[in-house]
Amino acid sequence: MTIQARSGNIGGPAACGEPAANLLMRWIWIDKFVEFKSGQSAVAVKNVTLAEEHLHDHFPGFPVMPECLMIEGMAQTAGILVGEAKKFSEKVILAKIRKAVFFDYVKAGDSLRLEAKIESLAPEAASTTGKIMRGEKLIAEIDLMFSHVDKNLAGKAFPEENFVFDDTSVFDSLLREAVSQGADPGAGESERE
Amino acid sequence: MAMSREEILQQVQEILVDALGVDDDEVSLESRLMGDLGAESIDFLDIVFRLEKAFAIKIPREELFPAESLMNNPAFVSNGKLTESGLKEIREKLPHTDLSEFEKNPDLNKLGDLFTVNAIVNFVDGRLNAA
Repeated sequence: MTIQARSGNIGGPAACGEPAANLLMRWIWIDKFVEFKSGQSAVAVKNVTLAEEHLHDHFPGFPVMPECLMIEGMAQTAGILVGEAKKFSEKVILAKIRKAVFFDYVKAGDSLRLEAKIESLAPEAASTTGKIMRGEKLIAEIDLMFSHVDKNLAGKAFPEENFVFDDTSVFDSLLREAVSQGADPGAGESERE
Repeated sequence: MAMSREEILQQVQEILVDALGVDDDEVSLESRLMGDLGAESIDFLDIVFRLEKAFAIKIPREELFPAESLMNNPAFVSNGKLTESGLKEIREKLPHTDLSEFEKNPDLNKLGDLFTVNAIVNFVDGRLNAA
């Protein structure tokens, strides 16, 4: 769901024995939640700015938000929605892009609304549907599947610590924003365990 | 909700076209989900979710694709093949699947071949049109 990079020491791998949390850099690609209905739906906002360096390469003289980053925004919105539905106890991993259709370019200065809904939620996986809007204009439709990796069909074992929702303070603050905006009041409390 | 087998097949075909990104003429009754249509494990869950929605039925995990519990049980598997009790188990779990070919050589690697479009249609047919 979120991209995690090893903050490697220059010239060599990260030192052994450090707590895993120190090795993870969390990359949050949405700015805030404005609606959050636990187990049902969520709406996040992403403001696009010319300060995002990749826009200068994508493309020179024609800066537009890469579609893959729109998918990432939806994966984070829907992934946090799915994670919160099980109180962040599952390792929620983006498993499949069921649909991704784009209708317009997104440029610096645009404010995007990422609207995600849970379609199905099972012990081992979840499917979501989503729309990205700019005002009234439909920008993209993105439907995703998430796996709860500990319950995957292949029976593979994963590390015990929850490497997806390891530091819930990040999600805490994102969800608190939604609560202060009048969204589902229970949502902000649930992940503080 | 009574539906004919043709209607069920048509819906199942649409679901597989959407879930697996295949063309509709690739999906015949004999098509194997893994071998012919390229399905992976997450696709099976996707298909289950889509079947539940399209036919308004609930499909418990393991009921339609019960591979995992079979493969992980030593009583059911020996030397990469299903044992007699493993075969008995799979007959009970997959009453909607034709096992006659598989039983001649119950190789675990062939287990994926059992999941055909026909098996899905039979399963849905059984759920919708059971007396």
